[in-house]
Amino acid sequence: MDTAMLETRGLSCTFGSNLVIADVNFTLRPGERRALIGPNGAGKTTFINLLTGRLRPWTGNVLLNGVDITDLDEARRIRLGIGRTFQITSLFPRMTVRENVFLAVAECEGIAGNLLRSVLSYGRQVARADELLHRVSLSDVGHVPAQLLPYGRQRLLEIAIALALRPKILLLDEPAAGIPTAESHIILDILATLPNEIAVLLIDHDMDLVFRFAQQISVLVQGSILVEGAPSDIAADQRVREVYLGDNKHGRPAAA
Amino acid sequence: MKIVTASPIPSLVAPFTINEVLKLLPWLAAAALPLVLPGYEPLATQVFVMILFALSLDLLVGYAGIVTLGHAGLFGVGGYTAGILSVHGFTDPIFTALCAMVLAAVTGLAFGVAILRTKGLTLLMLTMASAFLLYEIANKATSLTGGEDGLQGVSFAPVLGLFEFDFRGKTAFFYTLVALFFVFVFVRAMIHSPFGWSLRGIRENDARMVAIGCPIMRRRLIVYVISAALAGLAGALQAQSTQFVALYSLSFELSGNILIMLILGGSGRLYGAFVGVPVFMFAQDLLAKQDPANWFLGQGIVLIVMVTLAPGGVLGVAERTIDAIKQRRKA
Repeated sequence: MDTAMLETRGLSCTFGSNLVIADVNFTLRPGERRALIGPNGAGKTTFINLLTGRLRPWTGNVLLNGVDITDLDEARRIRLGIGRTFQITSLFPRMTVRENVFLAVAECEGIAGNLLRSVLSYGRQVARADELLHRVSLSDVGHVPAQLLPYGRQRLLEIAIALALRPKILLLDEPAAGIPTAESHIILDILATLPNEIAVLLIDHDMDLVFRFAQQISVLVQGSILVEGAPSDIAADQRVREVYLGDNKHGRPAAA
Repeated sequence: MKIVTASPIPSLVAPFTINEVLKLLPWLAAAALPLVLPGYEPLATQVFVMILFALSLDLLVGYAGIVTLGHAGLFGVGGYTAGILSVHGFTDPIFTALCAMVLAAVTGLAFGVAILRTKGLTLLMLTMASAFLLYEIANKATSLTGGEDGLQGVSFAPVLGLFEFDFRGKTAFFYTLVALFFVFVFVRAMIHSPFGWSLRGIRENDARMVAIGCPIMRRRLIVYVISAALAGLAGALQAQSTQFVALYSLSFELSGNILIMLILGGSGRLYGAFVGVPVFMFAQDLLAKQDPANWFLGQGIVLIVMVTLAPGGVLGVAERTIDAIKQRRKA
């Protein structure tokens, strides 16, 4: 079996006196396509924030390729290859779409600290930003300030920024939220173009998207992993249906 | 969908087009000023110095999103460095100006390390505190700075050993104009560089910059040190052109005034300093003539009107007017 790429051991996190993440042991392997689902308030976003270093755990460790990164700050972890998107869109609102992506390309390629050469002289990096825009179908709005994009397209820009960082691990926090269901296949199409060795962890409430995307699913309930397994097992699991899927509200995903 | 206009993005025009040549015209016009308006050289020199100072502030306020009410502290460090060196026999203008930049940069580094970890009001208060600290040091160290009387006996050798600082202020005029031009070229290159873009990213959304792997503290510190060096240069030019250094150069009043000048012209626009400083100094002159005792009142009213009715300053208004005209033509 492959070794874990990203791993947590006994991870716990408290907000005040609330235990939001409780003793979570979790692994993500190279190339894995895993989804993390759970009811609202289960701690999914908190868990991602712990993985990226935005939040610090109360106890427990985060390991990347076997190395303890619990004490590394967020920017360092990003540079080690943990990329993410945000549930609540987080862009550079008054900068153009192209500038948004270029910022991430520049950080990734280590040119962002360069002082005197014009951005335009970095042809390769500018071309890469344009290529990323093309990949998420935003080439036509490259010159538009990000805040003026419709929400669904802002979500795509969010993904382009994450991809610009050449992540080895990609954490997607509800990438399809705000995108009309009929168009959520765009997200799947983009994810399908990712290199195989990238490990992806997807959080979403769109069960159709989750079951079409994931090879493995982890179910988080009240800060603990309730069950993990293949989509068919999860869909058939009585406990999951009780706490999460409810009364056939999302259909019977086992068929997918 | 409404027609969009991009926020101040760097010019996408390649260098040395007609556009670029046209942009040199204001500089040539400025250089021709002594021919057109003889006698105004000292005033113009002061305007150049303040533009350079405002430009250094724009790097912080307009690009990096670091609002400071203590920038005069760094200006004053530059001024006193050049002035004190000249009193002690080091009178070469360029050498003393470089020393002023270095010392201001070191001061900026020392304060920056301490204060740039904070944000918002805390940061604003700490920038003020840092300038007050420098002001009090200069005020108390009378043997070195002359205290409240100001630093006397400042005089400089000819620029490059050739051009003596004359009574009419011609040498000072060209000397500061050339310095301003070089600083402008430098700042312009910087804001169009990846570093400059990353500063705007930090201003727009610092949390997101962290999440793309940006060491934001280091970036903010670098721009703070650069800005400090340029403010120090402005201070040195002030000392060299007036042959005097007063406590005012470290004062809260100057910190506030330079911020007002920048806001008046439009921050984050590179040319805001070039518009705001002359407008402010002209208005100050006009209002002071009308009512020497109460011209602050007029200044306050102008500022309130500008900030509430014309965010983005004079250049912001100009941009919106041009956009409106363009849209009307398209329609």
